[in-house]
Amino acid sequence: MVTQQCLQFVHYSSSSTCVVVLASSWSHEIHTPLHCFSLYLQLYHSFTQLRLSNWNCLHLVMRVTWAKKIFNQFSAQCLIHKGNFTTSATFGPSNPKFPIISNNFTDELKFTNATSYGSIPIYRILGSATEDEAMANIELEEAKYIKMYKDMVTITVMDKILYESQRQGRISFYMTNSGEETVQIGTAAALSLNDVVYAQYREAGVLLWRGFKLKQFMNQCYGNCEDIGKGKQMPVHYGSKELNFVTISSPLTTQLPQAVGAAYALKLAHSDRCVAVYFGEGAASEGDAHAAFNFAATLDCPVIFICRNNGYAISTPAREQYKGDGIAAKGPAYGINTIRVDGNDIFAVHNATRAAKEWTLANGKPVLIEAMSYRIGHHSTSDDSSAYRSVSEIAEWEKLQPIARFRQCLEKYGLWSEEQEKEFVSSIKKQILSDFAAAEKNVKPNWKEVFTDVYYNMPDHIKKQSEAMAKHVDQYKEHYPVELYKQQ
Amino acid sequence: MATSKFCSRLRNVTRLSITNSGSIFPAVAPSTIRHAGIGRTHFTYAPESPPTNSGDTQEMNMFKAINNGLALSMEADESAVFFGEDVAFGGVFRCSMGLQERFGKDRVFNTPLCEQGIVGFGIGIANMGSTAIAEIQFADYIFPAFDQLVNEAAKMRYRSGGDYDCGKLTVRAPCGAVGHGGLYHSQSPEAYFAHTPGLKVVVPRGPIKAKGLLMSCVAEPDPCIIFEPKILYRAAVEEVPIGRYVTEIGKAEIVRKGTDVTLVGWGTQVHVLIEVANLVEEKLGVSCEVIDLVTILPWDVDAVSQSVKKTGRLIIAHEAPLTCGFGSEIAATIQESCFLSLEAPIQRVTGWDTPFPHIFEPFYLPDKWRCFDAVKNIVNY
Repeated sequence: MVTQQCLQFVHYSSSSTCVVVLASSWSHEIHTPLHCFSLYLQLYHSFTQLRLSNWNCLHLVMRVTWAKKIFNQFSAQCLIHKGNFTTSATFGPSNPKFPIISNNFTDELKFTNATSYGSIPIYRILGSATEDEAMANIELEEAKYIKMYKDMVTITVMDKILYESQRQGRISFYMTNSGEETVQIGTAAALSLNDVVYAQYREAGVLLWRGFKLKQFMNQCYGNCEDIGKGKQMPVHYGSKELNFVTISSPLTTQLPQAVGAAYALKLAHSDRCVAVYFGEGAASEGDAHAAFNFAATLDCPVIFICRNNGYAISTPAREQYKGDGIAAKGPAYGINTIRVDGNDIFAVHNATRAAKEWTLANGKPVLIEAMSYRIGHHSTSDDSSAYRSVSEIAEWEKLQPIARFRQCLEKYGLWSEEQEKEFVSSIKKQILSDFAAAEKNVKPNWKEVFTDVYYNMPDHIKKQSEAMAKHVDQYKEHYPVELYKQQ
Repeated sequence: MATSKFCSRLRNVTRLSITNSGSIFPAVAPSTIRHAGIGRTHFTYAPESPPTNSGDTQEMNMFKAINNGLALSMEADESAVFFGEDVAFGGVFRCSMGLQERFGKDRVFNTPLCEQGIVGFGIGIANMGSTAIAEIQFADYIFPAFDQLVNEAAKMRYRSGGDYDCGKLTVRAPCGAVGHGGLYHSQSPEAYFAHTPGLKVVVPRGPIKAKGLLMSCVAEPDPCIIFEPKILYRAAVEEVPIGRYVTEIGKAEIVRKGTDVTLVGWGTQVHVLIEVANLVEEKLGVSCEVIDLVTILPWDVDAVSQSVKKTGRLIIAHEAPLTCGFGSEIAATIQESCFLSLEAPIQRVTGWDTPFPHIFEPFYLPDKWRCFDAVKNIVNY
């Protein structure tokens, strides 16, 4: 009897509304705990036959309430419901609403973890049903896609030269971008120049896209007198106010909350600009990442978080960096619109960032993009990754060849050719080498720059220190490499 | 913080090698290559003599001595764990090479990239009476953990009336100039932590001290921070005792006897000062006593006072900036304890009151010529 009535409810409940069957009214039919359990089994069996046994859709919960005297007086409540129940009227006084979360109650004792949901999918266009549609846009935006390709190639050539130059002791340090050119260029091309970029340290392509000159990269790596940063930072710590690219800082993740603040200011100024902030999956472990996500969500900031998940934080593989469904899964938890994208698919990266930008500006809220990628190169010139990963692992990822795949697409539409390729690679190599030689020849800034830019105006105590050092260098000039530095 | 973390392995980078065979570069004469910071070290390393009565010794550089100290500490104490960013494969400075293979993944492991997490986690381990040895990849990245160190580790015994403590926590962090580290791979933040009652802070000047201090800190019933000058990891080689070896915390060491001027430093700077002492003896006929402070907190006031009472002159040199550098504390204390013995004002030769600049490092450091000049001035006062 109870079973039949319950099943009727199940049939009626084709929509997503909660169905609650109170079995207490039939409690006279349930005489013993065994009876109660048998009823449970019957119902479950029936659901299985009706193919309604999907645990995610339909739960059968038997609640048995024992009264003061066990076996003498008990009532059973059979609750059949889809998902959760929100009503509380049946069960007593209504609850005040908990903040933010929806008042979904369940009487199922169940822990939730990463396996409770499906993994957030990886958005990919290449090889998908929508590939042709996406390709058609190539012709419409030919110039943009050609520049994207050229910039990706440029980064690889520049990396090769600067990496080798460090090996020869010409510059003190370098970090290559290999494997992540697609993420850099695909995202950069979706932003406007007046959007602000906060980068980590592996985003040279983003800066190149925005118009940073090759010689500016070289000048920074040499810290010569034409370096915007006046030789104060290690190589690859680029920055350009003109290009809205905030100067890179070595400490990890510090840029994240700053980017959120910048986005807030832009929104307050009604500027129709957003902020893009880059970071790695390792950086996402820092406390600053939590602060940034939470601030961006609670204060409604138009910021695009772009996580380059390249699988490694120096030697630490992602599997030792986080558990659960990766960085993307953190987004919804903070209330941030999130997408996971194939970082080796230029079209997917570009489309996702374009959509993210539109959405963040339209809604004044943050977006998180997790771009799945792989760091093909060593962490830096101070690292030898063979100490912690296999050659075959790298080879596996190298097979993807995202730049070559992009080139094939361009060639397919007649936008690029073997000849153009040869000519471009040769000319860009020539230009980089020539800019490199010029940067190398150039002197360092005047050494007294040690004391500038600490404050807006130089305080007296620093002025005195500067004067003391000038006197000292004058007196002991043979012991200081003053000839390498610009004279007054 | 992180990570942080650029000079993961500072090898081959201080050496200048020009190999043009097969190079994409046109041949360039070495003389045209301008790299002010690269390949230049600002000191000559003065190895410490092997300690007597400490058993057999073996030639080790500083990272090997630390590795040896870690292994012995973990061997002697089954509760001891060692953790930090990238330590599993041997650490970016190779201090933990082979330790995971030897002690297992439960005792030697990578943490997520989060300094505040590393120190907080270490405090918790120490709370439970186990031994926690944590590595912060660079001292420059210790600041996210500042709260855990300053408000938690340092104050736990005090705030619980002695009921709880985290004395079994030791934090290691590479510090100091390296020739090309720039703002964030060169800092010497010892003074920030010296301002924190409850912590102990030490700085080794080479392999023997590094091992001795590490083993002492692990055994010490108070939370300790070891700032290890990273430029010494490979370059500094000494005959290091292979067995258990401890260096007393809170005790300075007179590394060179002298009568006219007392020179106080720690870490790499001790080597600069030894060179300066030799230089001024030769050029000015001045006899300097060089003291390695070894421990920053609590520092050995008596050793420095006794020396200054003898010499009447004190110069303190450190890489960290002048204002509120630990030299300020020493100067203030010694003028009080040695006022009547002083022949000249106490001098400080330090990094300038600026961030640590990349390409200007030769002009930033308290190098031997600045120290030499200070000696000249103090004897002519």
